[in-house]
Amino acid sequence: MPVFDEMNGVAGSGEVRAPYEQLKHWLARTPRELLDTRRSQAELFFRRIGITFAVYGDEAATERLIPFDIIPRIIMKKEWDIVSRGLQQRVKALNMFLADLYGKQDILRAGIIPPELIFTNPFYCLEMQGLKVPHDIYCHIAGIDLVRVDEETFYVLEDNARTPSGVSYMLENREVTMRLFPELYSRHRIMPVENYPDALLACLQSVAPRSGRREPNVAVLTPGQFNSAYYEHSFLADKLGVELVEATDLFVKDDVVYMRTTEGPQRLDVLYRRVDDEYLDPLVFKPDSVLGVPGIFGAYQAGNITLANAVGTGIADDKAVYTYMPEIVKFYTGEEPILKNVPTWRCRDRESLAYVLDNLPDLVVKEVNGSGGYGMLVGPHATKGQIEEFRHKLKADPSNFIAQPTLALSTCPTFVASGVAPRHVDLRPFVLSGADGVEIIPGGLTRVALKEGSLVVNSSQGGGTKDTWVLGA
Amino acid sequence: MRVRIEHETHYEYDSPIRALIQILRMTPRSYAGQHVRRWRIEPNIDGHLRQTEDALGNIVHHFSAESGARSLSLQVSGEVETTDTGGVVKGGVTRAPDVYFLRETALTAPDEALRVFAREASDFKPDDVLGSMHRLNNRINAEVTFDTAPTQVVTTANEAFAMRSGVCQDLTHIFVACARHLGVPARYVSGYFVRIDGVVDQDAGHAWAEAQVPGLGWVGFDPANGISTTDAHVRVAVGLDYLGAAPIRGSRWGGGGETMAVKLTVEDAGGSIQSQQQNQG
Repeated sequence: MPVFDEMNGVAGSGEVRAPYEQLKHWLARTPRELLDTRRSQAELFFRRIGITFAVYGDEAATERLIPFDIIPRIIMKKEWDIVSRGLQQRVKALNMFLADLYGKQDILRAGIIPPELIFTNPFYCLEMQGLKVPHDIYCHIAGIDLVRVDEETFYVLEDNARTPSGVSYMLENREVTMRLFPELYSRHRIMPVENYPDALLACLQSVAPRSGRREPNVAVLTPGQFNSAYYEHSFLADKLGVELVEATDLFVKDDVVYMRTTEGPQRLDVLYRRVDDEYLDPLVFKPDSVLGVPGIFGAYQAGNITLANAVGTGIADDKAVYTYMPEIVKFYTGEEPILKNVPTWRCRDRESLAYVLDNLPDLVVKEVNGSGGYGMLVGPHATKGQIEEFRHKLKADPSNFIAQPTLALSTCPTFVASGVAPRHVDLRPFVLSGADGVEIIPGGLTRVALKEGSLVVNSSQGGGTKDTWVLGA
Repeated sequence: MRVRIEHETHYEYDSPIRALIQILRMTPRSYAGQHVRRWRIEPNIDGHLRQTEDALGNIVHHFSAESGARSLSLQVSGEVETTDTGGVVKGGVTRAPDVYFLRETALTAPDEALRVFAREASDFKPDDVLGSMHRLNNRINAEVTFDTAPTQVVTTANEAFAMRSGVCQDLTHIFVACARHLGVPARYVSGYFVRIDGVVDQDAGHAWAEAQVPGLGWVGFDPANGISTTDAHVRVAVGLDYLGAAPIRGSRWGGGGETMAVKLTVEDAGGSIQSQQQNQG
């Protein structure tokens, strides 16, 4: 399988790709010692900021740094423009899909998706049926995972439509890179990312319930400091200039949500909640949840608060629904999808299952409702035992799995123990949808698999991150 | 049958509460098998009571109060005229399609033991869903002992089945879990039941299941009594499981610990049972 390197193209061609001309040159004349020094400095920066990520199932370290690779990834404007249009189209379709599913359900009537796939799905939220949300926007913040396989092709790997995380790393990575390599930075025309908090705040305010009385009050709801993304929650609240709250800071009275403050209760209009649906309101969802606010769903139904993202968006990023995304995009936009789906076998189909079972060593198998690289088989890198284990799982519950070919993810130059070497990457751009349309911050979070040959970029599985430069011209 | 219901739920708190919010699914709707003649919900403390409807068509009251109360009584009373429809439920309201009721929940996802029991107990025949559901209902009734001791509101179908005992809620969860495993949409019903033995005073409301039978629609099965539903059943709320149909889900601020006591009488107001009630004194 030929691997596309974003600096050198397909291996052996010997030419440097245009966006990397300066960087390759710079890498060639920069001594190893300087890179070492810069890496230590970067680690110091991150430690000082306190940026950490808890890894579930890792008892030794509940919090640790996500490795940061000091070499930026570079994308040309003309490449980005296509990606950006594709994201815009995809997220618009996702929101139309959600509005339709929780409304008239035209797509089910048209026979495009089997109804049982929706209604028996744990992420379809019946409580949302018939509820109108402001401007028909459900997924205000999306993090669409893309992988690149050649000069032209970006595939969508996953649509994260619930509570995508990682945007704080996008912002911090840029800041640290600018400090580490001011000269290199100034030699490129790089599109800014630091306006993300302003764009997010404007987006959240634009979807406030129509109150008209005053500027909408926004807050960020976190499950608390033991959540793996707590750092990001507090970082975002700080950048947005709004309160970071936990469930106990909020209460509901007569279907209105209030925040306790030192100046008395303050009415909330928009809640950027980083608490999952099922924990949101113990009176409606999980009754033993202590992370939720009793009565908040009633306030939501009464139209007195906007939740971002809306409740029930998980049905749109479900891995079984993902396989229908090309049809979903066509159905709502009337256009061909600009960004492709990775070819995917639905193991719920008998023929697909047979194929998948016959080809396990070559495939990536994913649990439909899993996330973050947990419960996943990467055939070419798996042991015989792991493959047999998955064969059993697949046979026991086929509809819980999808399978994809092992993609040759693109590589980028990465500074590792042996020096500068190519490592596989993906890209998570963040897409904001508000009353005034869709806004995409150029770039996003590049995740890199630091182990040689590894294709798993998830931070929970030892992946790192990079700054991502979109060149302005 | 004219069923008269008096249902009081009384809470005592260790200290005065600051605020309280409750979601009540305690009001029956009229449909082909029952006509609600009168119905009232009365909390004994001041508060805000708002009536809505949930996505399953249940009538829901949101009750919220700010109060220094040390106790709360919820008084529910009413009269419902029922007719025996042979268990068939017609004219119910729901926005959920039948396939929705195939969905597993944490309380009803069957383990291997329960899956084996489902197939074996029902002797499942796709062309005779009604017979299969009757067999399932009878077997649950025969094998799972009614016992209030070992289970709680959070007991799963698997746990109750493993103990072979539970209350009507558990037996219903077992039925629902088995039916869904067999591909038959099934749902949980909470309500009231006029006891066959004429006992009027009861400890708790009743629960049973409904299964979707081709050609008939939703049919009620009461595994605790081993029968299809009759005019002795008053249907109040439906859900995927207990949590979706629970009479009261609440939360409060302040008050410390609490004790709860239920006083419930369910009687046939038409005559014959009344004399029995007098006999029992």
